[in-house]
Amino acid sequence: MRGEQGAAGARVLQFTNCRILRGGKLLREDLWVRGGRILDPEKLFFEERRVADERRDCGGRILAPGFIDVQINGGFGVDFSQATEDVGSGVALVARRILSHGVTSFCPTLVTSPPEVYHKVVPQIPVKSGGPHGAGVLGLHLEGPFISREKRGAHPEAHLRSFEADAFQDLLATYGPLDNVRIVTLAPELGRSHEVIRALTARGICVSLVADLRAAEDAVWSGATFITHLFNAMLPFHHRDPGIVGLLTSDRLPAGRCIFYGMIADGTHTNPAALRIAHRAHPQGLVLVTDAIPALGLGNGRHTLGQQEVEVDGLTAYVAGERPDPLGPRSQPACQVAHDPPRACPLCSQGTKTLSGSIAPMDVCVRHFLQATGCSMESALEAASLHPAQLLGLEKSKGTLDFGADADFVVLDDSLHVQATYISGELVWQADAARQ
Amino acid sequence: MKLIILEHYSQASEWAAKYIRNRIIQFNPGPEKYFTLGLPTGLPRDHPESYHSFMWNNFFKHIDIHPENTHILDGNAVDLQAECDAFEEKIKAAGGIELFVGGIGPDGHIAFNEPGSSLVSRTRVKTLAMDTILANARFFDGELTKVMILITGAHKAFALYKAIEEGVNHMWTVSAFQQHPRTVFVCDEDATLELKVKTVKYFKGLMLVHNKLVDPLYSIKEKETEKSQSSKKPYSD
Repeated sequence: MRGEQGAAGARVLQFTNCRILRGGKLLREDLWVRGGRILDPEKLFFEERRVADERRDCGGRILAPGFIDVQINGGFGVDFSQATEDVGSGVALVARRILSHGVTSFCPTLVTSPPEVYHKVVPQIPVKSGGPHGAGVLGLHLEGPFISREKRGAHPEAHLRSFEADAFQDLLATYGPLDNVRIVTLAPELGRSHEVIRALTARGICVSLVADLRAAEDAVWSGATFITHLFNAMLPFHHRDPGIVGLLTSDRLPAGRCIFYGMIADGTHTNPAALRIAHRAHPQGLVLVTDAIPALGLGNGRHTLGQQEVEVDGLTAYVAGERPDPLGPRSQPACQVAHDPPRACPLCSQGTKTLSGSIAPMDVCVRHFLQATGCSMESALEAASLHPAQLLGLEKSKGTLDFGADADFVVLDDSLHVQATYISGELVWQADAARQ
Repeated sequence: MKLIILEHYSQASEWAAKYIRNRIIQFNPGPEKYFTLGLPTGLPRDHPESYHSFMWNNFFKHIDIHPENTHILDGNAVDLQAECDAFEEKIKAAGGIELFVGGIGPDGHIAFNEPGSSLVSRTRVKTLAMDTILANARFFDGELTKVMILITGAHKAFALYKAIEEGVNHMWTVSAFQQHPRTVFVCDEDATLELKVKTVKYFKGLMLVHNKLVDPLYSIKEKETEKSQSSKKPYSD
């Protein structure tokens, strides 16, 4: 149960012998928790004249805010885009399993689907606090169907839609009521998109883009704040047409507005050099996402993703089948460099060349991001916690270990492997080696 | 009085820390005998955070002291006399002052150990408050109370000179401690710049003896095993 800082009755927990991520730095500080929130020990000492009720030694480990995954399509055999009768238990299963990846809050993501699916599924996934039962649901991420044909990536063409006819009403008709929705990804070059973006933003829903530079800049003026997995399903950077990549350093954005962009750092979707370029161009906006599919946590083989079938091989997943690409190679995220094992290369494997989601857990992404970019540990950790919280306007309570924030955090060793996960100051997952 | 001269600020700090450690061990605190801290503050009420933050971040959060055993005196209270009286009651209740640790201001008055150069303008007010407190000499039982004054930096050199090489003088109130039998002045080389060479050489020559004050004593934790073994008596001034 979350309470106020002044909830005098609640037990005070003091985590000692640790380094905590605060203010962008790893500090040698104790973390104090009470009533499910981070407590200010100085106030406790001088005003309430109290000491901790319990001390926990963290063995010199790192305490970071719990990871927040704003793009995850399913996992462990659960597909959020399937209109089953009991969507709730599927979400609950994923919520529980991702605790071991250090994720304490997430946005279940639905890929492009026919309206019937949205009408059935969306009402069954309400916003929910996390706890021992699993990570918290912050709201849904609806990726599609308002995406342009050219940039659809793995989204099935048959179900793409536009809102030219009736703008926001079209969107409502497709999705149904938007109470549980937190993020919508759309293509701003679709007609009347600006009306839609403004309407969504007015309802507090985060609008994300898959677009070219000019359309994206204009869309940001209308209220869009996120770019869904940068680089993938996007036109490549060209020096006379920087594409959406140019948005990272655009000087035509509203003052003080930070544009966020998702990155899938699973080692496949984005070349390490590209990761570095994006990170160096605009580090404060980088948001690590898994874009995980139902095959996450399962082995190789065929699995579903919405209306598609997906082939999993190692840490890579492609749209299944031998469909030739009708639009030619330009629309595909073609890899231009020679790869090491041919098995990991989209050009050499069977099936299509289209990457379809990812199966790397969030903590794997964080570690890979750290190693590929050579950034600081603090940067890597913030990309998975603080930045997604800022994107959703939740940075007062999530993604941070500041006083008053929700006590959702992970205990990590020096190589950023998750040792334990806490939600509201309660231990909700622990690595086997750490169990006593 | 003893003058302890160390080369640098960090060494002076370390010597002072060891001295306090030894005093605590000799005080032999236990469940029936608490070790409490009295801290004067000269910060005005509209900066309560800074002083408390300073003490919290630099001291309290690193130790396991219970908040009830810390007493912070407000040197800027409206009625200083009443504030001192109340403080005196607390001291009596705790059994008197065992060890007093202070510094000196550039003007020779006893100063609080406070943070920030932004507080320089308030020095006058807070040192006057401190003097009021010290004027209550009954706080300092000559036989029992030990005093340690920390003086570091060239800007304190003149005050140190006035404090120990000249006579006891109301203009330099810290000079009153010259006659206190259990006083230790701990300073760095820079603070001795106004002293006579022979004064400095004299006290440096005594360092071998004075360093016994900071010799490691038995650890309180291991006291039980030690008790039966060594009959080492801790060096006391």
